Amino acid sequence: MPVYDKFMGYRRENGRVGVRNYVAILPLDDISNAACEAVAHNIKGTIALPHAYGRLQFGEDLDLHFRTMIGTGSNPNVAACVVIGIEPVWTQKVVDGIAKTGKPVVGFSIEKHGDIATIATASRKAKEFVHWATEQMRVECDISELWISTKCGESDTTSGIGSNPTVGNMYDKLIPRGIYGVFGETSELTGAEHLCKMRAATPAASEKFMRTFQAYQDEVIEAHKTTDLSDSQPTKGNIEGGLSTIEEKAFGNLEKIGKRVSFIDVLGPAEEPGKGPGMYFMDSSSAAAECVTLMAAAGFVVHTFPTGQGNIIGNPILPVIKLTANPRTMRTMSEHIDLDVSGILRRELTMDEAGDKLIDMVLRTANGRHTAAEALGHVEFVMTKLYRSA
Amino acid sequence: MAIPQLLVHDKRDNVGVVVVEDLKAGSKMLCVVTEDNSDFSLVMKQDVPIGHKVALSDLGPGDTIIKYGEDIGRLIAPVAQGEHVHVHNLRTKRW
Repeated sequence: MPVYDKFMGYRRENGRVGVRNYVAILPLDDISNAACEAVAHNIKGTIALPHAYGRLQFGEDLDLHFRTMIGTGSNPNVAACVVIGIEPVWTQKVVDGIAKTGKPVVGFSIEKHGDIATIATASRKAKEFVHWATEQMRVECDISELWISTKCGESDTTSGIGSNPTVGNMYDKLIPRGIYGVFGETSELTGAEHLCKMRAATPAASEKFMRTFQAYQDEVIEAHKTTDLSDSQPTKGNIEGGLSTIEEKAFGNLEKIGKRVSFIDVLGPAEEPGKGPGMYFMDSSSAAAECVTLMAAAGFVVHTFPTGQGNIIGNPILPVIKLTANPRTMRTMSEHIDLDVSGILRRELTMDEAGDKLIDMVLRTANGRHTAAEALGHVEFVMTKLYRSA
Repeated sequence: MAIPQLLVHDKRDNVGVVVVEDLKAGSKMLCVVTEDNSDFSLVMKQDVPIGHKVALSDLGPGDTIIKYGEDIGRLIAPVAQGEHVHVHNLRTKRW
């Protein structure tokens, strides 16, 4: 077996390692999107991260909003960050949170200035940040410094046979090397929760998982469903691909954590891991863009995304590596796929070989190779909203 | 090894997954159990698309479908060996 050791990454002020070098223009709220997009248009080499929320949220939902904003700006794939909000107080709260990483960050508020003056001032600062960021050099980093997330999408039965266990094989090899990993999709463990519970490293993590799982069933699904969820879970794409029930989907989903990995803690949405290297479970929606956005906000720098029927998602700051074992998907939409593991179905590729190929693709991506989603411009940044605003 | 047409996760499973495109009724399939690489053959009785499940034995309403060695739902209609198992005859036990 090859020994995978090093990649070239950006070492940030707080010691974390990024694999991209973005200058992010982050709106605090929905009404500041236009100013952020104008700055990103003015200053080449920046990216705006427009989203739909940030006004009149409260309680746990507001906490999640701030956690996602601050986590996104703090992600090591972001070199520097400009925050724009309608008013200064919440804007400053996001700036202060990101500043704890030590990276360059500054905030602007629109009230008393208007869009045009704010855009001008913010553009000058963004230009400074671009000059600074583009002089950062990649340095050699150990593979153990990678934080690798996973979430699957438009799964089918080939996901459970091929692409999901390929991700599991990668984690079986890399978690012992000291990386951070995360999986989530709370609703998509329905039917397999008894197996997931047994994959906890400690009784405390096991109990926390079951509490989280049950709360999701009671507070989200039972509280809001009008009929059974079979019209949404499995999705129409899942059903087209041969998945019949949520239970069948859940067992395939769980293949992503391999055969030996156990998770050490359960994270809230967008929560940064706090117990050192290892695998984590994150309480999260199974909708791809929401889940990947939360994982990026928790600090993950490379994402592995197995798909069956061909989910096309990307993320603006987190490179999303797609793999599939479905030969029809490879034939009909190969431009979305970074790694073809359909050889597993033909028994031409062993799981061990597929896992090595994925590790190789993760390292190439970390070194700078653009993923299919990056090349195609998929920048889905989707905040999770817990309930209606005030 | 020859290329299989049907893969089965676990010895205990009563369904397998078609892994090639355009397989027609009457096809004799090479079936491989991925857990231990054992194989057997089975004749498909209906056209079943890639990724869809086929019954490994005759099954009746109320029977539990086993895949990954685990319970993935219950049948609501009889299914003969080699026939298609999907949302028309298989239902979740959850939600």
